Amino acid sequence: MSTPPPPSTLASLGRLYRYAKPAMPRIYVAIVASLLASLVALAIPQVLQWLIDGPLTGTDVSLVWFSVGLVLALGVAEAGLIALRRWLVLTPGTHVEAHMRNSLYRQLQRLPVAFHDRWPSGQLLSRAIGDLNLIRRWMAFGFVILIVNSLTLVIGFVILVSLNWILGMIFVVASVPVLIYGYAFEKRYSRAARRGQDQQGDLATAVEESVHGIRVLKAFGRGSHALKRFETQAEELQGTELEKARAVAGIWLWLLLVPDVAFAVALVVGVWLAQSGSSSVGELVAFFATGTVLLFPIQSMGYFLAMTIDAKTATNRFFEVMDEVNTIVDPISPKTIEKPQGRLVFSDAHFRYQDSPSRFPDLLDGIDLVIEPGETMALVGLTGSGKTTLTALPTRLYDVTGGSVSLDGVDVRDLALDELRAHIAMAFEDATLFSATVRENVLLGRPDATEADLEEALDIAQAQFAFDLPNGLDTRVGEEGLSLSGGQRQRLALARAVAARPSVLVLDDPLSALDVTTEQLVEAALRRVLASTTALIVAHRPSTVSLADRVALMQDGRITAVGTHSELIASNAHYRFVISSLDNQTQAQPAHTENVS
Amino acid sequence: MSQTSVTGTSGEERDDFSRAESRQIRSRSLRLLGSLLEPLRARLVVGIVVIIVSTAAQVAGPALIAFGIDRGLPSLMKNDWMPLALAGAAYLATGVIGAALVAWFTVLSARISQAVLLDLRRRVFLQTQRLSLEFHESYTSGRIISRQTSDLDSIRELLDSGINNLVQGALYMVFVGLALLLVDPLSAAVLLVSLVPLAILTRWFQLRSQRVFRQTRTASANVIVKFVETMTGIRAVKAFRTETRNEGDFGELVEDYRQVNARVIRLFGIYNPGLVLIGNVTVAVVLLVGGLRVFEGQLAVGALLAVVLYTRRFFDPMEDMAMFYNSYQSAAAALEKISGVLEEQPSVPDPAAPIDLWTSKGHVRFSDVEFAYAGDRVILPTFDLDIPAGQTVALVGSTGAGKSTLAKLVSRFYDPSTGEVSLDGIDLRSLHPKDLRRAIVMVTQEAYLFSGTVADNIAIGKPDASFDEITAAARAVGAHEFIEGLPNGYETDVNKRGGRVSAGQRQLISFARAFLADPAVLILDEATASLDIPSERLVQNALQTLLADRTAIIIAHRLSTVAIADRVLVMEHGRIVEDGTPADLIAGTGRFAALHASWRESLA
Repeated sequence: MSTPPPPSTLASLGRLYRYAKPAMPRIYVAIVASLLASLVALAIPQVLQWLIDGPLTGTDVSLVWFSVGLVLALGVAEAGLIALRRWLVLTPGTHVEAHMRNSLYRQLQRLPVAFHDRWPSGQLLSRAIGDLNLIRRWMAFGFVILIVNSLTLVIGFVILVSLNWILGMIFVVASVPVLIYGYAFEKRYSRAARRGQDQQGDLATAVEESVHGIRVLKAFGRGSHALKRFETQAEELQGTELEKARAVAGIWLWLLLVPDVAFAVALVVGVWLAQSGSSSVGELVAFFATGTVLLFPIQSMGYFLAMTIDAKTATNRFFEVMDEVNTIVDPISPKTIEKPQGRLVFSDAHFRYQDSPSRFPDLLDGIDLVIEPGETMALVGLTGSGKTTLTALPTRLYDVTGGSVSLDGVDVRDLALDELRAHIAMAFEDATLFSATVRENVLLGRPDATEADLEEALDIAQAQFAFDLPNGLDTRVGEEGLSLSGGQRQRLALARAVAARPSVLVLDDPLSALDVTTEQLVEAALRRVLASTTALIVAHRPSTVSLADRVALMQDGRITAVGTHSELIASNAHYRFVISSLDNQTQAQPAHTENVS
Repeated sequence: MSQTSVTGTSGEERDDFSRAESRQIRSRSLRLLGSLLEPLRARLVVGIVVIIVSTAAQVAGPALIAFGIDRGLPSLMKNDWMPLALAGAAYLATGVIGAALVAWFTVLSARISQAVLLDLRRRVFLQTQRLSLEFHESYTSGRIISRQTSDLDSIRELLDSGINNLVQGALYMVFVGLALLLVDPLSAAVLLVSLVPLAILTRWFQLRSQRVFRQTRTASANVIVKFVETMTGIRAVKAFRTETRNEGDFGELVEDYRQVNARVIRLFGIYNPGLVLIGNVTVAVVLLVGGLRVFEGQLAVGALLAVVLYTRRFFDPMEDMAMFYNSYQSAAAALEKISGVLEEQPSVPDPAAPIDLWTSKGHVRFSDVEFAYAGDRVILPTFDLDIPAGQTVALVGSTGAGKSTLAKLVSRFYDPSTGEVSLDGIDLRSLHPKDLRRAIVMVTQEAYLFSGTVADNIAIGKPDASFDEITAAARAVGAHEFIEGLPNGYETDVNKRGGRVSAGQRQLISFARAFLADPAVLILDEATASLDIPSERLVQNALQTLLADRTAIIIAHRLSTVAIADRVLVMEHGRIVEDGTPADLIAGTGRFAALHASWRESLA
């Protein structure tokens, strides 16, 4: 979230054109309709002048009827044109909004995990909902009215000056301070608007955390602590909102004051002119009636200016996400793997976060590892040694920053993402289930699987409990459905990875939340799958390691040893330190009393 | 829960309320609104006075113009500047006063609405924290988040512009009507007649839009839920290539939302031009009635101008008021839902007369305790359990045996259905919450990190802890080393949901938290599941000293944890089936002995 110099309001809003393009013809027609409506409204005072200076002082009463009829006709026309404007613009406006919302969602789904690590979801949400709403309203309403108001004002001023140039000039001169103040207002309000929208996003993040972390807050009785933090943020937002209100009050003051002063001066000067004979009463009436028609465009200027600035800020925030360059994309000419074997090779793979300080070594510091087709490789190491990061490389959740990862001899970056991720399935330690049925959740990676495949996958993951849920496999789980225990979620996530029938399985400590009995059952079943599938499994327990053909030991972002469990136990002190069980701890030196089988 | 189906948050998704139910919901929201405005009474009074004076000042304009033309002009002909100067000066004065007061009112009303919002935000936040886990488990995080974000936003919108529009608009119409009555009663009569079609149109609009607005809220909530779910589960989304399917689903939700939005807009597309039409026809009629009388010489020209200007201005705020109705509708729907959340009673309420417990010994006792979810099957059948101060108890049993439920009763995440759980002889339900939380701390498997630094996160255990205390806690659980290795050590920002800290490291941080809190009773619910063995060993060593002088309840799937226990409870189907020292149970032939044997096997 770096901050380059803020683009001008026009340049920012101009970028919306790409999305608004299909709606533009209608917007143009709407502007014309709206302008006509304003002209019709401005014509009414002209009729009044003619009426007062002509028929009312004359003798023909039918002319009075005629001019009233004219006013009525103009009034009906104005209403019709306003209706036309609304019907033209507002529905296409919703299409533009929906299109932008879908584009944002699409972009966010495509952006790499590293992006999501950086951006709290509250900030993304406030862009997808609040900001886009604002943009739609501005485009369909604010933009049209702003243009029409400006044109109406110009035309109105011309009419005022042509009615009587002395009186007209009073209005023109009086507008100068409004323009100057308007410029200052734009700066002041822009700053506050941007700050306000960001603070809004922060507040949303605070709310999310207080809900997702409710167990911790409750366990430590820190609700009031969290409240204090939340209150501070809410008060900061309040301060910004008041700053905005003061800015709006400032421009309001000018926008109300200036026409009134001009009216007062024009009244005295106008009556004096009428007395001296250089103006007629009808002219005065027309002048003030025209001035009244212009009152709304002048006074609403503040509102529409503020709305325009809000829309600009919202647009900038939208494009902050849309401009983000996606680094993990499909290659231009993707290769394809004809017969997937599942040979996974890391060659001098490096990884570091872009923003990590240079004094720190790479998180993955030259990984060389070959996993042969059908082989199961356990990944063992201390917490923080880089195991989880390593598991994210084959599916390109992160891209290597040096070296390469290849599948069946093809660099993973040369494969289309869809193909790559069809070959490799993952199960994460924190099992995510979506608001969908159990069936849909398990078949996420292979929606066309048969019922038998589904049942087999549930079997292997020891997730038979799913059949006993209220609606069986059609029970909705996840955020909007039944909440399951950590162990249950983990088993469904494992079933999901298995059901995808990948050529490579990547499992990040997939059994951590299971009790010992269940774990043993899962392991027994998993062995069948692993016999034919290449697998990379992060393991913390000797029991999980026992699933593997070989073990790779990770230490500070490097692989320091590869071998079978027994080999490593016998030869590697660090491995013994990492994996040897606590339960034999009473024997202080784990090395020689360990029961190695 | 309760008999009436609309109490609290139940019935939130319905839109077919009976009259009585609607009334109940409406009065609930109004009570909430009233209680929010109550402390702001003084400001409200000032605001109303300011707005009355400023609107009156704004309305004076056309009458002064009429005065200037009808009286100033003839006087000026006689070289008497007085009436005209008076009109000009009065116009200037009303202009200045009106503008200044409107500016003042803008700031004042922002202060009022921001105060209301802050109060409401606080209340919902507090209530969210106050409500028991049982509520959160069924209400889901997405909904409680949208209560606090999008619903509050629509109330903000109402307060920001809606109220101003309504008060100013209504007053403006009243004053314009009064001024018209003063200048020319006959025109006022015409205006009065025009109110009939105006009322009919407005009523039609109200009825039609009410339902649509409710739909808008539901549709937007659906979009929000899908969006949040995708972003928080982005790893799984990518790994299983559901992007395209998601796009389809999300696109449909967005389309639903678009359609209800378009429906709202279409209603406005009829209502607003309708208003203009009624206004313009009224202007024409007023002009005719007035013009004919000017023609007959019964009405002055200036008065005719004033009458026409007033009539036109009368309809100006109607659109603003329609806008008010727009924001009012969505805000009312939001307020209904928020007041529902606020109405929920926590199933674990704070005691009315809390008992203080300055220092706890840590003696936990279950007497005749039974637990069942409200109206649901029994999870824990009646049992007694006495855990003397200082004892370390391990809870063992398969998933779903009731271990976590038992732990949640001790930490008072739930209250028992019958019987009581007591600490040092005091029923947990009457213990002061502060003392309860200081005495009993629970660490769960899911180690949540809040945005902020690592140090901040550890300090959750003891907010006023010094930096030395924080590092000491981290050292004690073996977290110090990895924290020092982070880019900024203890000051490293853990980012979104601890994105860059591994699961094991998160658990170590949450352990440090508990260590720092230094409770009399420590409950560990699978708190070491993600640790690697050396870390677990460190934690285990730390636990041995940590648990020496306090009570501990440990739920673990690992034998290693059980080894440090003084006593093992084996649970099955909600019952405690074995109870004894680890050595005794291993020596026996019960379940624990069998379990122990299979563990030993798995260690090989």
